Amino acid sequence: MKRIAAIGLLVIAGFALAQPVATPPSGGAVEARMKALAEELRCLVCQNQTIADSNAPLAQDLRGQIREQISQGRDDDQIRAYMVARYGDFVLYRPPFKATTVLLWLGPFLLIGLGGAIFVAIVRRRRAESEGPTLSARRRSEIEDLLEKD
Amino acid sequence: MRALKFGLPLLVFVLLAGFFSVGLLRDPREVPSPFIGKPAPAFRLDQLHEAKSAFAPADMKGKVWMLNVWASWCVSCRVEHPLLVEIARQNLVPIVGLNYKDRREDGVQWLAKFGNPYVLSAHDFDGSVGIDYGVYGVPETFVIDKAGVIRHKQIGPITPEALEKTILPLIRELNA
Repeated sequence: MKRIAAIGLLVIAGFALAQPVATPPSGGAVEARMKALAEELRCLVCQNQTIADSNAPLAQDLRGQIREQISQGRDDDQIRAYMVARYGDFVLYRPPFKATTVLLWLGPFLLIGLGGAIFVAIVRRRRAESEGPTLSARRRSEIEDLLEKD
Repeated sequence: MRALKFGLPLLVFVLLAGFFSVGLLRDPREVPSPFIGKPAPAFRLDQLHEAKSAFAPADMKGKVWMLNVWASWCVSCRVEHPLLVEIARQNLVPIVGLNYKDRREDGVQWLAKFGNPYVLSAHDFDGSVGIDYGVYGVPETFVIDKAGVIRHKQIGPITPEALEKTILPLIRELNA
């Protein structure tokens, strides 16, 4: 009997040890919102991962922070602002459109425009070269007149 | 026309190579800090050595000081440490430590072993103050002016070069 009790205690102790790392009690909705938010935030420790993906201690802390703020009833924009205030726009995988990010947002379109312009210019020039000299209607009738006179 | 045909790709190549080499030489960990020019976030933490006394940044009002985030588990902190000890020895600027996500005894032991350059260290066991300061790579150092405004942030260990060229001139300027 004592032995069984001891084993039981050990098992419980195991759970007790494992618990603190797990997520605090919270509804599935909180968890889903936390995940959606965390997927849009960059982990600054391992910069090519999101806070949702990363296992860095800081990312874990920040996930906890997001969870806590959601349970406090703060909305997504407020939580995003909280992160930006601490880590700058760099944490956002979708950076805002502003003076310092104009080139980032418009750069690709500028490049496509430039490429398109060069393409059109080349095609036009090629076409002009391949068509050769053309005759105006008046010139043509003059030549025909000359040929008929012979 | 020939000049354009060869010149244009060459120009594009040189431009791209220029962008890439600048990009390669920059440290991706150095993210512009949103804290520069803003008041240092307030906090109140127990001290590392004297758990019964607290520290708040407001205690340093009227002084130019540095807040250095460190931990006993942080390898780069050990690289930086001799420089901090030297700064303290020469009395260049008071340094307050923020012992980040560390067990008290580990932090105390680490300082006993490598020397304690800090006026005092605040004990941020759960890392919440670290989050408020946007800490993502220990060590980090904030230079804070007399009014309590953050003027500079060093990400990663303070190098002798950064100290001579950036930090010390700034501190002299702020003290003037």
